[in-house]
Amino acid sequence: MFVFRLDTHSGVPPYLQLVQQVRQAVLLGFLRPGDRLPLIREVVEDLAINPNTVAKAYRQMEQENLVTGRPGQGTFVDERQSAAIPASTYTSLRRGLAIWLRRAYAAGLDEQAVDALLASVHQQMKNEGVA
Amino acid sequence: MTATEFALRTDGAGKRYRKGWALRDCTLALPAGGVIALVGPNGAGKTTLLRLVVGLLAPSTGTVEVLGHDVTTSTPQTLSRVGFLAQDHPLYKRFTVAEMLRFGRACNLRFDQGLAERRLASLGIPLDRRAGTLSGGQQAQVALALALAKRPDLLVLDEPVASLDPLARREFLQVLMGAVAEGDVTVLFSSHVVHELERVCDHLVVLNHGRVTLTGDIDTLLAEHRLLVGPRTATDLDRAGAVVEAVHSDRHTTLLVRDGAIPAAPGWQAQPVALEDLVLAYLRRPSEPSAAVTDGVTT
Repeated sequence: MFVFRLDTHSGVPPYLQLVQQVRQAVLLGFLRPGDRLPLIREVVEDLAINPNTVAKAYRQMEQENLVTGRPGQGTFVDERQSAAIPASTYTSLRRGLAIWLRRAYAAGLDEQAVDALLASVHQQMKNEGVA
Repeated sequence: MTATEFALRTDGAGKRYRKGWALRDCTLALPAGGVIALVGPNGAGKTTLLRLVVGLLAPSTGTVEVLGHDVTTSTPQTLSRVGFLAQDHPLYKRFTVAEMLRFGRACNLRFDQGLAERRLASLGIPLDRRAGTLSGGQQAQVALALALAKRPDLLVLDEPVASLDPLARREFLQVLMGAVAEGDVTVLFSSHVVHELERVCDHLVVLNHGRVTLTGDIDTLLAEHRLLVGPRTATDLDRAGAVVEAVHSDRHTTLLVRDGAIPAAPGWQAQPVALEDLVLAYLRRPSEPSAAVTDGVTT
């Protein structure tokens, strides 16, 4: 069964964290079409989290067609979510990133410096209208 | 929206004790069905506001309306819909848990003893133990089970987890959130601990020096606020919206803004702000909010 996490220092609203975790798990293949998500009640008791937050996340995921609610049965990963990006793409991107990271470490950057650099390039692309 | 869609509505509510005002100009409209955190430092007026809500105090000014009824004219019927758990979960220490339940049944119009017994059994708390011999976490759970047995429409808790260790705190919140998932109870609780608030609440009221300084839906508040980090500057912040707090170092300026676009100047980055940091920024502001909004930008 899929297990949610909660990072209370990220500044990302909790409901959005839950949505992002499912979206990411589907993209990376940890969740497959037809897999059942835990019941709202189960998430609430597992994380000691506000039920309205979980309900809001599930509503949002249904609106995005990420999941489908089946009354009386639960919430399932939507069948239309079949691997939008092929696994081979991830493999090759990952390999390229590893090479780049090795260069960055060799140049003396640490993890934080890499994150800061990545965030600033993201921002630049957003400003240029690419991402 | 009808009155009962709000669990709590106050209009200009204030309370003056002999030594001065504990709460002033408090105007709130809190939706039913939510979990509302009332946050502020010690002495901010949290307990006073909660006591006004449950009818233990009468307001000196303004009105307080709970579940659609003015609290100054509340009847046993309206009071039976409100549960209150005072600070430090007071129990009669020499009563056994079973005697506490009998006491609860005798004193309330509505009391689901079976529900309380099932809750306590699932937590492994024996009914024949004296309340005073239970651990702090167990005493809190007994007090919560008693309050929930009223099946209240509004449950008010004053600093419910302040005295609990981290494990007991998590267990307490698990039971409380489970109860919210089960029924249509609105929860209003006060806390001076702002850590991990976004986990359990969807609505926030920040109280400081007896005044409400921030209130709203938490997801909306987090979406409205962000941290802007950029080169130290005093100009070109026209688009920055309302600046809540500005911190300058030699070369950098960090702004916490509400409804602000990122400045067009190069080198600026926007980051989301964690709820804890947001609350602390509002608590650091001077008590008169008018001057603070533009401070730091004009230097």
